[in-house]
Order: sequence, then C-alpha cells, then structure tokens
Amino acid sequence: MADVTSDLKAGTSGPAQWSRGTWASALLIVAVALTALRYGGLLPDALHRIPEELIPPFAAWLDAFFNFVKDDLGLLTLTRTLTEGLEWLLDVTANLMFGKRRWPNIGPIPWTAIAGVAAVIGYYLGGWRMALLGAGTFIWTALIGQWKIAMETMSVLMVAAPLAFFIGLGLGILAWKYVAVNRVIKPILSVLQTLPFFTYLLPAVIFFKVGPTAGAVATTIYAIPPMILMTTLGLQKVPIEVVEAGNMSGCTKWQLLRHVYLPSARTEILVGVNQVIMLCLAMVVLTAFIGMPGLGAKLLAMMGSFKLGRSFEIGVTIVLLAVTLDRMSKAWVVKQPVHFERDTPWWRKHIVLLSGLGVFVFFCIAAQFIDVFAEIGRKQNFSQGKEIDTLIKGFLALDPVQNTTQAIRYVLNVWILNPFRDFLLSIPTPAFILLVVAFALSLGGRRPAIYAAIFFGLVALSGWWDRSVITLYSVISAVTLALLIGVPLGITAARSEKWSQRVLLACDTAQTFPSFIYLIPAIMLFGITATSVVMSILIFAMVPLTRYTIEGLRTVPPEMTEAADMAGATRMQKLVKVQFPLALPTMAVGFNQAIMFAFFMVIIAAFIGTQDLGQELQRTLAGTDLGKNFVLGICVSLMALTFDLTIMKWATDRKKALGLPD
Amino acid sequence: MTADTVISCKNAWKIFGADPEKYLKSMPAGHSFDDIRADGYIAGVKDVSIDVTRGEMLVIMGLSGSGKSTLVRCFSRLHDITGGTITVEGQDLMSLSEKELIELRRSKMGMVFQSFGLLPHRTVLENVAFPLEMRGQDKHTRRERALEVVKLVGLEGREEYFPRELSGGQQQRVGIARSLAIEPDIWFLDEPFSALDPLIRREMQDEFLRLQGLLGKTIVFITHDFDEALRLADRIAIMKDGAVEQCDTPDQIVLNPATEYVRKFTEEIDKARVVHAGVLAREGTSGEGDPVEATASVQDLARLLVQDTREIIPVAKGGKVIGGMDRAAALEILLEAS
Repeated sequence: MADVTSDLKAGTSGPAQWSRGTWASALLIVAVALTALRYGGLLPDALHRIPEELIPPFAAWLDAFFNFVKDDLGLLTLTRTLTEGLEWLLDVTANLMFGKRRWPNIGPIPWTAIAGVAAVIGYYLGGWRMALLGAGTFIWTALIGQWKIAMETMSVLMVAAPLAFFIGLGLGILAWKYVAVNRVIKPILSVLQTLPFFTYLLPAVIFFKVGPTAGAVATTIYAIPPMILMTTLGLQKVPIEVVEAGNMSGCTKWQLLRHVYLPSARTEILVGVNQVIMLCLAMVVLTAFIGMPGLGAKLLAMMGSFKLGRSFEIGVTIVLLAVTLDRMSKAWVVKQPVHFERDTPWWRKHIVLLSGLGVFVFFCIAAQFIDVFAEIGRKQNFSQGKEIDTLIKGFLALDPVQNTTQAIRYVLNVWILNPFRDFLLSIPTPAFILLVVAFALSLGGRRPAIYAAIFFGLVALSGWWDRSVITLYSVISAVTLALLIGVPLGITAARSEKWSQRVLLACDTAQTFPSFIYLIPAIMLFGITATSVVMSILIFAMVPLTRYTIEGLRTVPPEMTEAADMAGATRMQKLVKVQFPLALPTMAVGFNQAIMFAFFMVIIAAFIGTQDLGQELQRTLAGTDLGKNFVLGICVSLMALTFDLTIMKWATDRKKALGLPD
Repeated sequence: MTADTVISCKNAWKIFGADPEKYLKSMPAGHSFDDIRADGYIAGVKDVSIDVTRGEMLVIMGLSGSGKSTLVRCFSRLHDITGGTITVEGQDLMSLSEKELIELRRSKMGMVFQSFGLLPHRTVLENVAFPLEMRGQDKHTRRERALEVVKLVGLEGREEYFPRELSGGQQQRVGIARSLAIEPDIWFLDEPFSALDPLIRREMQDEFLRLQGLLGKTIVFITHDFDEALRLADRIAIMKDGAVEQCDTPDQIVLNPATEYVRKFTEEIDKARVVHAGVLAREGTSGEGDPVEATASVQDLARLLVQDTREIIPVAKGGKVIGGMDRAAALEILLEAS
C-alpha cells in the first residue's frame, strides 16, 4: 500500500498510474489532433479562437477599478502631492546638472569639475584605470556635444536610484523580518520583473504627470525588486554567531539592525546598489517613450529618422556611462576597509575626499575664466555624426554587404520566420494551450503545468490571442537562433581558460548595456524591418546563453572530467556524456534568462513596427487607456512567467538530482 | 540552591520544531530523544537541571550535536527555553522583559564564540568597544577601556586592524577582549579554541588560565576536547542527546562514571592524571608518616606509591591531614592507566 501511494506521489496522480511523460504525450496527441481537424476544416470556429462575445471585458473592469482607486479613494490626490516633492528634488538635480532655471540656481556644474570628481572617485575605487574610465566617459560626453542630454538623463538617475535604494532596502528589511510580508511581496516581485516596461510607464504618467516626474517614478519602481531581493538575501546570510555576539553585547533591536545586520550584509546590499543603478540607467533611457528628454529621447529620434551616425555616437555615450557606473559600483562592492597606521595625520586619512573637493573647486573656479571649461558650445564639439552616417550608409550600400544582409533578410523572412509565424497562428487556441501545458508538464511537473494552463487560459480570454502568439513567435524564433549561435560559441570558449575569461568579460560588459542599445546594430544592418526586431532580440538573448554555457561547462567538477579522460573518452564523448549533462541545469538558467530578455526586448522593438502586444502597448501610451495597458502587460507577464516557472523548476530539480550546488 | 548559586537551571527543555510548547505539554513522560525525533521534533536540551556557583568553572562536554551550545544559549537566553526554569542571579530569565534582558547582558554577561562572531566592518578597537557603545558610554571612556582589554589579551599595536587582517588566534583574542570589556560576572565560552590550530590553542589556554586567575569569574565553558576540560574544569558536565549524563568533578567522573555512556566517553583517559590524592582520602583513617598533598594527582605520586610500604598514606590539605589514602587502590589506578 505504501508503495502505491509513493508511486502516485512520484508521478502525476491520475486515474491510472501514468507517468509525467505519458501525460505530456497524451496532451500532445490531443493538440495535434485538434490542429489536424482545423486543417481539415472540421473544427468549428468557436473552438479555433474564443468567440469575441465570450471574452470578458477585462480592460473595462480594470478601468473601473483604477478609476475607483484613483478618484474615489483619492490616490490621485496623494500621488499628485508626492509629485510636488519629487518635482522639487528633480528640479534641484536638474539645476545642478544642466542648469535648469530652478532653485538653488547655482548650476550647471562645469563639465570639467564632474569629470575631475569622477576621476578621483575612480582612482579611489579602482586605481588609475578606473580613474581614466571615469574621466574619459565624461570628457567624451562633453566633447561629442551630448553633455546637456546626458546630464538630463543623469539628473533623473540621481533621484531615482537613491529612492529605489531606500525603498528597496526598507521593503527588503520588512520582507526579511516578517514572513507575511515576504509571502505577499514574492509573487508581486516575480510579476513585476516580467512585466513589460510600457506597463510601468502609463500608470506613472497618469498618476505622476508627464515628463521627468513620471520618468523618475517608473524608473524607481522598475529598479526596486532586485534591491529587495538582495537585501533579504544579505540579511539572511549574516552569520548566526555575529548576531548572537550583537545580542550578547546588549543590542536593542534597532541597534542590532543598524550596527550588526546591515553592515554585515554590506556585500549583498552593495550588489543591490549596483543592480539598482544599472536598472535605473536602462529604464531612464526607455522613458523616452513617454517623452522624457535625455539620451534616450535623442537616440529614439535619431533612430526613427535613420540617422545612424548620431545614433551610434549616442549609443557609445550610453555604453560608456553604463560601463563606468557598473565598474565603479562593482569595485565598491569588493572594496574593503583598510586600516591606517596609528598617528596617521588627519589629511592623509581623508586624502581622497580632500583631493576630490580640491579638483571640484579648482575646475569650478577655472570655469569662471575659461569658457570651454564650463561648457562646450554647439559649434565647438567634435561630433562626427554626419561623417559616420555617410560612412555606415556607404558601407551598407556596398554590393557584397547589401547582398549579404538582403540574403539573410530574405531567407529569414520568407523561409523561416513568416512560415513559422503563420503556422503558430494556424494552431487552434485550445491546442496551443495544450502544447504549452505538455511542455510545462514534461519539464517541470504538475505544478508548472497547472500554472501554464491557467496563465495561457487567461491570455486566451484577454482577447489579444493573436498578438500574444505573434509576440511569442518573435521570442521563440529569436531565442532559437540565439541558441544556435550562443551555445556553440560558449562551448568553444569554454575549452580554454583564456577565452572563457575573455568571453565572460565581454558578456558581463554587454549585460550592463541598457537594452535600447541592442537595437542600434540591428537597425544599422537591417534597417527598420521585422528582421531587425528578431536580430536585436537575438543579440540581446545570446549574451546570457553564451555566458551560462561557459559557466555551466566550467563548473563541472574537475575530478569528473579527469575520470572521463582516464576512461579514454574522446573530447566529443567527454562533452556529450559528461560535461553536457552536468552543465545542463546551469545552461537552463541561461536559457530562461534569454527568454526573459527576449520578452523584454520584443516589447521595446515595437517602435520599429511589429504587430504584437508591444505595438498595442505603445499605442496605449498616447492615451489614458490604463485598463487596456494592464491587460496587455499582464499577457506578456503571464507568458514569461510560464516559461520562468517551468524552466527554473526543471533546473532546480535537476541540480538537486545531480547533487550540484544552487 | 545556595546563596552563591549564579545560574540555576531546573528541568529545562529546549525543543525545536513546529509548535514545541504544545508538544512538550502533550508529550508523555519518559519520552526518549529518538521518540521525540520520530514525532518530528528535536530535543536540543532535554530536562536539564544544573547549578553553577559563583567563581566556578563548569565545563560542558559532549559530541557535536549533543546540545552543549544549545544549553549555553539557553543560559544566556539567546534561545528561549520551551519548559522548566533558568534563573540567573535570582532572576527568572524567561520572565525578563526585553529591556531587562538587554540590561542583564550589558551588565553581567560576556560570551565568546566558536567562529568569533566579529563585526567585519569594525576595527579591533571598535569591535572590543562595541558592547560599551551599545551601553551608551561616551567615546572617550569606551576607548580607554577597550585599549585596556586589548592590551590584556596581548593585541597591543593591532587596535586599528580589521578582523580580516588578523589570524584566527588573533581574531579569537578580539572576541575574548570584547566579552571582557564590560567586566562581566558570568562568562560563556562556546568552544572558543576549536577553530585554532593546536599550538595556538595551547597558548590561548594558558592565556585563558592567566586571565581566569586574574579575574576570577563564573565561567561556563564548552569544549569537546577532554584534555582541555581537564586543564580547566572545576566540574564537568557530560551531555548526550540534549541531556546531562553526569555533572561532577573530573575525579568523580573518571572514578565513578554514572552511566555506561560516560564510562565509554572517559575510557581513553589516563585516570592517573585526573584522580587526586584528596579524592582517594577516606575520613577516619589517617595512616602514619609524612602526608602527601591533596592536590597531587596519582601520576604525580607514582614513584612514592610504588616505593612506599605503608598500607594507608595520610593526605593533607593546607597542612592539615584530612584522611588516609589506600595505597593499593591508588596503585590500581596507576596500573590501569599504563
């Protein structure tokens, strides 16, 4: 009897003792049968797509709900009040960074002073190279004539990042302290992390006015989740004896948190800071879509009018800023306090602070006398936008180049992408859902399968099925292509230590780029076409795939590969029989990330002109269609979550089965 | 419980699990450790009654997982006990409010941890001054005091170092200094030397004995090293599965093990080194001739025991004869050891 029950628990419990695989195949067969019926013209239309009249008006319900919250509960009054405080803060940074005429009316700070301070901070954190990077970034920005727009972006970042830090830290502490809070926050966080950014933007606009305030709010909210996660993680990891030592020292609860927990969780909290900064930068660039001025807006405009040279220059600025911010904040994570010998004079202990101040004051004064130190004028900058533009366009017009790009575009579109899309669209909704459920069941088991059924069922009921399928099609095709390129690349690189390091470094760097950047090369090569959409997703999704392939292969315990060597395995045998099976769970994490990235990118790519959810989402930004905006956003989120839950479940199960660490 | 009892522990239980209080109430008497585990609970401390007197050094011994650390954490209320009572200086620990508990720790207790538990972002001096800072002492006095204790543990000149810049032994000295900073009456030491290599360990034990001689505190010391226990202990409590199997002087533990487990535990011990003449002395008899000192171990007296011809050898404590030692019994112990 005991055996039977345990069997039932191990497999999916069903009327007969069917295993997971059998169930999945059964679902698959039903799905194929349904599709075949449809092709034979035997399936009634009502079973192909849910009829319009059966679709519940989710958008209207949500609108009613939002209106209730907004007006009847007075949320709008609250947020508009908050807006004033935020606006004041943003005005202060705007005045300091680019001289907006607001209190305190002392800006703009000369670019030389900012570059100088960046150099000093860089030197403190990472020596001469970091100093060069810091100064170089700002000097480039000034010389290329993008100082003002870059500072517009920075001024929002300077408000949003600290806000996100403090809110995330606070919520993280609460989630760590109270299980109930954690339970509520966890699912919200996973939805937030998959929600397309357009869904952040519209509520921000409606509740917090158009312009920098809405941009700052959307940016802040977007950057909060990882800070919460890192804070909770860090606090949980504080060694128990350190806490006990604090208790025995007679700490009150507050003292314990302030003096023991938070400083001991420093590393994780600073990793959180790094992520907050990077996410803020990524998002602040994207707020261009709600009309926030800055680097993003300029880039959007330039790409829209196909000015490749200027797009390229702005792209470089954004990348430089991203790399600088990332490297510096990461250097801060590993920077450990070092003691000074006794009787070190005061000025030596604070040499960094003093020289930073010195440089700042020096350039501020110098700027009073030498104009170029204060500002680089319109005519003085070194922008080569037009020239680069001609160069790139000339290069693209070369016959061999044009032939190649056109061939790729043709093959992709006509032979692969379009047929694949039409095929997906031809599958009846119930069959499609069954396919996804079968996938979730065979990989993740019962729980992910149930989620998959509910999530995709909701998507079907949302009334945006076709667009959802098209979104999914872009994601699947781009990730598949990325797999074909990224995984072999990873395998090749993993063969030598040197190349692993190089490629990993490249991946790490590429991951710090705001996603917007990935559109530039795609648009350069393929113009404003559907191919560009797939290409930009492909490049974006390839990064985690390559990265995790290398990491997966490199973390295979050496004694196992040695055992394979001693057993006389060829390189290929070793790879297929030993390394792959052990690396697969890690690679699955990369695959999952690639899919998440793809869902993110496909929405951004909407402005190139897609026919998916992203495009509809982008349209809602122009109006006040909050309900529709949410329905669309949730559709994307539900699809992404289905994959996330399934793949991660498989990866953790597999790791446990193989006895690998998480 | 006498007036000089510092820690008094009566039928203390610490059970880990989903709802330990309810479980303990409903649990039938005489449930063993394994019975409890079968019910899904772990008995960290199982019905322990023990008194620690002022100035005493109680060493708690046992294998890992036997509940040594848990018991000490109950004494300091880092763990809340599930049942029974523990009083410290006459105050019922469990009835203390958070404020009173903090006050008790700030004024009376010090603790040293196995893996040091130092705050990574603070210098040696700041770590040592930490309890003083929590008490709200002003910067100047706490600095003075911290410098004093840092000197006491021999870390002079390293005040501005961060913990990661120190060796294991040095880090543990910081831990000891921190626990001494508030001049505690009660000192808990949780395997303070086990993370150290044997050489430094020996050195730290000597250091510790020196400090103890200097400060004369009530000490509860955890170790799983018998030699260490013998060097330091007034009394030894041997724990198994959360319960105290026997709590007595080292001599009694090796001479009269209370349970089979204790006997096995002490089997490998060289008894001649542990048993003292004072313990073997029986009142009423006195024997003849020169007495031996009560504090001398059987091993110390080996030559005399073999060469002497007396049946009964007088034993003296502080110049006064307290009884006679049966030479044959003492020889038996000596021979058994070799």
